[in-house]
This record gives sequence, C-alpha cells and structure tokens, in this order.
Amino acid sequence: MEETITFPQVRTCPYRPPHGYTELTAQGPLHRVELYDGKLGWVVTRYAEARALLSDPRLSSNRTDPNFPLISSRGAAAREQPPAFIGMDPPEHGHYRRMTIPEFTVKRMNELRPKIEKITERAAEQLCTAGPSADLVVNYALPIPSLVICEVLGVPYSDHEFFEDASRRMMRSATAEGAGVARRELLEYLDSLVDAAIENPRPGLVSRLANGELARGELPRDYLTGIAVLLLVAGHETTANVITLGTLMLLEHPDQLAEFRANPDVVPGVVEELLRYTSVADTAGARVATADIDIAGQRIRAGEGVLIPNGPANFDPAMFPGPEEFDIHRDSRKHNTFGYGVHQCLGQNLARLELQIALPLLFERFPTLRLGTPATELRPRRADTIQGVDELIVTW
Amino acid sequence: MHVTGDREVCVGAGQCVFAAPDVFDQDEDEGLVLVLQEYPGEARRETVEEAADTCPSGAVRIG
Repeated sequence: MEETITFPQVRTCPYRPPHGYTELTAQGPLHRVELYDGKLGWVVTRYAEARALLSDPRLSSNRTDPNFPLISSRGAAAREQPPAFIGMDPPEHGHYRRMTIPEFTVKRMNELRPKIEKITERAAEQLCTAGPSADLVVNYALPIPSLVICEVLGVPYSDHEFFEDASRRMMRSATAEGAGVARRELLEYLDSLVDAAIENPRPGLVSRLANGELARGELPRDYLTGIAVLLLVAGHETTANVITLGTLMLLEHPDQLAEFRANPDVVPGVVEELLRYTSVADTAGARVATADIDIAGQRIRAGEGVLIPNGPANFDPAMFPGPEEFDIHRDSRKHNTFGYGVHQCLGQNLARLELQIALPLLFERFPTLRLGTPATELRPRRADTIQGVDELIVTW
Repeated sequence: MHVTGDREVCVGAGQCVFAAPDVFDQDEDEGLVLVLQEYPGEARRETVEEAADTCPSGAVRIG
C-alpha cells in the first residue's frame, strides 16, 4: 500500500503553519495524500516545485471538474458555485479577471491611500471607545478591510453585519449545506445590489460592471454576482486575519516591535514577513492535472488532484533560511501567500496597503497595547479554512 | 537589455510597477502592463530582473 500523509493539519500556534509540515518539506517536494473523501492526490511542500506547478498550464483550477481535489466536505459547495474567475482556466480566466483589474492597479491603490487612512483612524477611535480592554477583531481588524472593500465594490457598509456573518459561514461552516446556504444568501444580496446599481449608478466595481459589461451583453449576470461575492469575501476575511495575527506576532516579539515603531522604513518589509509567516490562506492552492506531469522524479497523472499550500513553501529553508525565525529584516517579498501564476491574488496590492497603514497606526495610537488573553490560550481554527483567531482581546 | 511586456498574458498584478516604476506602468483603462522604457540600460538590470521574477504570469520578459 502506498504511504500517504495527513493534509491539511491543524495549527498548534494560530500564527504559523502546522509544525508537522516542516518534516514533510525536509523529506521531499511531493507527497501522496489521501483526501477526506478517500481520493488520492498530491501535496507540494517545497517552494521551487510549488511555483513551477502554480504556473504550469497543465494544472486546472476548474472546480466543477469531478476530480478537483477537496480538502473537506464543505468544499463540495464550491462545485456548484456560480462561475468566478478563481475557478476558470485561461483563456476564459483572463477574459473575466481583466474586467476587474482597473479597480486594483498600483495607481488606484495610491489614490485610495487617504481614504484607507481615514477609515483606519475611525477604526482606532472605535477601538478606543470600546476599551481600555476590547476585542481587536470586531473593533479594528475586521472593520478596516470591510469598509475598504465596500468602497472598492460599491457595497453599502451598513450591511456589514450580514455579509461578514454570511462570509464566515461560507468559509468556515462544517458542512457543504451550511456553506451552500451562506453562498446563496450572498449571491442574492449582490444580485439585489446589481438591480440597485442599474437603477441608480453609483461609484464602485459592481455598478461599473452592471452598467458596462453586463449592459453590453459581455458579462452574464450570474458571472457578475459570482465575481462580486468572490471579491467581497476575499476582500475582508483574509486581510482581517493578517491584521489580527500580525498584531499578535509583533506583541510576542517586543524587540522587533520596538524597531517597527521607531522606523517607518521597515514597515513594508515587516508586512511581507508577516504575510510569509502567518500564511493565512494556507490551503487555498488546489488544482487538478489535465495531463501527466513529471516533476521532481514523480509523475502526477492526468486527473489527479494537486494541493499546493503556501505555508510549507513559505517555510522552505532553501528559499527562506531559518524559516522558523520571525525576522523583519529578511527579504520575504517572494513568499507564496498570494499564490503564483495567473491566479495570483487580485487584491494583493490592496491587502499590502491596508496592512502598511493599519499596523503602524494601531501601535502609534495605543503605545501601551498588550494582549488581554495569553497567546497560549488562543485556539487555532479548523485546518480547512482561512487561518486566524475569532477574537483577540487587547488592553492598553 | 530589451524589455517586453506581453499584454495577452498579463493578469494586472502590478508587481513590475513596484519593482521598477521607471520602466513599467499599468494603462489607465485596462490596468495591463505598459513598458515605459524598452531599452532601460544596464543600470536598471537588477530592478528589471526583479520585475520579471515577481511577475506571476510570465508577461515580463528580458531579451
């Protein structure tokens, strides 16, 4: 019988990938895995092979393919999801992704900076009012990316309790049914926003596409709502977790925190190292082979699932020497946290900008900030979802 | 050093603009790669190689 490994594994520390992956990376780049449904596939645990495979056109992102690998039963809900480019292959993928690029260019990010700064200032006031001991997640880490993605998409922030809750259920529900219900609620909600935008055009991506590509017949309506759900969920769930875990990590490393506060020049590098270390979307990379692929002395056969987690690649000592060490002076820019290849995170520059603003401002406004709950008491999430903690009590 | 940006392949990640803003930009309408300097000179080699290396789609090439 073939030897298989367990994947995904649960974190022991919320802000770093499971310790069990270290040995797998040391043993080799590819491992056989038995998925939760009994199917056999591959897990890629080294950086070079991860990047090679993420840019290999013989691997497909088509989630409706019955062989597309699922890491838990919840994933089955994704098979029936409306088409969004995350689940498409070139050339169709590029055709639809392109419609969204104008909102995420470097120039647009620079234009958004003052708005994000204002949003962050207000979140700091909210946290201050809730204190002197309060939950960082609901008062700071979550409102910032939520407000920002609302601004970009043209979604009313007054609905944030609904869409934050539905996103959580979609991403973290234990069952496919629970995730499916949440996804349908979000689709209906975005669909109503499309109607509203057609009636009264407003700023933001949803209205631009509704009155442009949709009106011209270039974008089916269910594709538009699918794209909007993808961007709304991805836009706040992920960054919120890096703000939370990043704060936790900096508080746990006082020497590096002192330097982070004293020297604004190190901020971009600190953000990259936090993105590498926390690897919050660890299990996001999944593909199915459409042809036989020979790599690292192994043969991935057509039809087999390939999981390419970003945590093991980000902790590959060949790429990041002494990977266990959180080192703000390391050159971490080539981490795999945003993925690689044509599917690399559309919102990566927005996420970087939010983190570069939110983390320094927090420590500037709350110079005596410390943990209200010992880090050892924080519980990591289930292994098959975006990593983070549901609550982080801080005090000042 | 001859620099090209393949707009058919580009996915608008903008990594080239961060790496070498004097050589690359994204156009206003589509956000796809624009090469500002096709022959940037050897002094730019390091940043241009960084741009090619961080480009996720392989759109940036050095000839």
